[in-house]
Amino acid sequence: MNRPIGGYLNVSGEMKMNERDVRADFPLLERYRELAYLDNAATTQKPQCVLDAVNEYYLGENSNPMRGLYDLSVKATQAYENARESVRDLIGAASCREIIFTRNATESLNLAASCLGRAIVNEGDEILITVSEHHSDLIPWQTAARERGAKLKYLECTAEGEYTVGALKAALSPRTKIFAFAAVSNVFGRANPVAEFAEVCHSNGTIVVCDGAQSVPHMKTDVGALGVDFLAFSGHKMYAPMGIGVLYGREELLEQLPPFLTGGEMIEYVTRDAATFAELPHRFEAGTVNAGGAVGLDAAIKYIRSVGIENIEKRERELTRYAFDRISGIPHVSIIGSPDPDDHHGIITFTVEGVHPHDIAALMDRDNIAVRAGHHCAQPLHQFLGVASTARMSLAFYNTEAEIDRFAESLSGLRRRMGYGE
Amino acid sequence: MENDLYGEVLLDHNMHPVHKHALPTATCSHQGINPSCGDDIVLSLEIDGGRIINGSYVGSGCAISQASADIMLELIIGRTVDEALHLKALFTAMIDGSITDSELEELDEAMALQNVSHMPARVKCAMLGWKTLGFLLNEK
Repeated sequence: MNRPIGGYLNVSGEMKMNERDVRADFPLLERYRELAYLDNAATTQKPQCVLDAVNEYYLGENSNPMRGLYDLSVKATQAYENARESVRDLIGAASCREIIFTRNATESLNLAASCLGRAIVNEGDEILITVSEHHSDLIPWQTAARERGAKLKYLECTAEGEYTVGALKAALSPRTKIFAFAAVSNVFGRANPVAEFAEVCHSNGTIVVCDGAQSVPHMKTDVGALGVDFLAFSGHKMYAPMGIGVLYGREELLEQLPPFLTGGEMIEYVTRDAATFAELPHRFEAGTVNAGGAVGLDAAIKYIRSVGIENIEKRERELTRYAFDRISGIPHVSIIGSPDPDDHHGIITFTVEGVHPHDIAALMDRDNIAVRAGHHCAQPLHQFLGVASTARMSLAFYNTEAEIDRFAESLSGLRRRMGYGE
Repeated sequence: MENDLYGEVLLDHNMHPVHKHALPTATCSHQGINPSCGDDIVLSLEIDGGRIINGSYVGSGCAISQASADIMLELIIGRTVDEALHLKALFTAMIDGSITDSELEELDEAMALQNVSHMPARVKCAMLGWKTLGFLLNEK
């Protein structure tokens, strides 16, 4: 019942952000000391306290939450609901009824698109998204628009990845039911003015769905201040295990939505022909839930708190600036998006003239540097930018200047290794 | 270490492809795409009396996909359709890691791609040209 979760935290109250202290929290980084892991926008590594918390759940509390009437099931239910409270507190939601656990941001966005589509989108209506949305915030809306006979419209950005309030105002129409966009782009790394966008949308009667997968792990998030109606994010990009995600939804809106998945634990009363559905948030959590994952997310949130989200943000900004400095002078390298490092939030997507991104990633792998290559689940954006694919390095607060030096050195040598002269 | 894969033969075919051009005399052509990584080629063949008398490709993609297509054309131009399909089977076996040393010799420069068999993520890059070839020849 009293899980000694605080006891797992091995970061002192006064956070020392020097590399030795924080890196020691991450067993994988300790195991692969030679690896420069620069793919944090894809998933982060997990601190020992998260691994311990998940282990402890399965060692001492595992049973099916919400079903049993015995003590162990009560423990599992409490652990799961404590995690929900932890998430609520992290993002400043008004009530735990507004926090739905999912598998990941993708499932959260599918839930939002499917349920909102059926509830509020009708023939001839419009759904607006941005051209840089991740496929997880794009294909669900394509599907919803098709199913409801609505039109899917795209807000376009500048070459630097900027979306302006003016452009948004121009794109909204009286029929725009939903605007879905990422708080931080997974390609540009650029942050959108979420609160301003939300205000403009609300004055137009448009529901705001925000993809927070790349923002929640890296900056302070308060759904009240942002004014978003829905916010989706993944646990695994914020030091928690894979397989646990969150959809925040404003309570009065969630109340109006039809169910997403149906089955066990999301019902109130079932007859042969009909069912009434459970209260929020359980109505949207059909089947056995990922309690172990939720407990891991709870521990990850406590870990983030122990480090301090402001410290994480500050350190990642420093590292991003440092990386920009190191990359800027390298010939034939182009950074996608803004020339200002402070617009990048740890995400630097780039191309090397004449070297295909897959070859960039393969050569860097030889140097023990992990970067992502491809279209980063944003094909319409790559079509818009006129590049087939790109490479991306993405930072977390546990990365070091030394790793960035190795990255820059590898980057400088790529063209030579592919057979080009200087 | 990287010469395992990014060796001279592969780099040379990528930088200076021999068969990357249009083929006005083509009797058939087909587009091959790896949607997840954006490798995209159009393979064209001129087939006369069961023999591939000329061939080319155009497109874009990573060094492995482009060099592999170029090396493949080097191997199959002048061969019969059956011989080309035999080479395709050998190349596939090499990537699967199930090829004998004597069979390997037949693949000549395509041996430069042998190490792809240890890189699951790049298999589809190396196979793109050959898969497109298979489509064209089985269509005949």
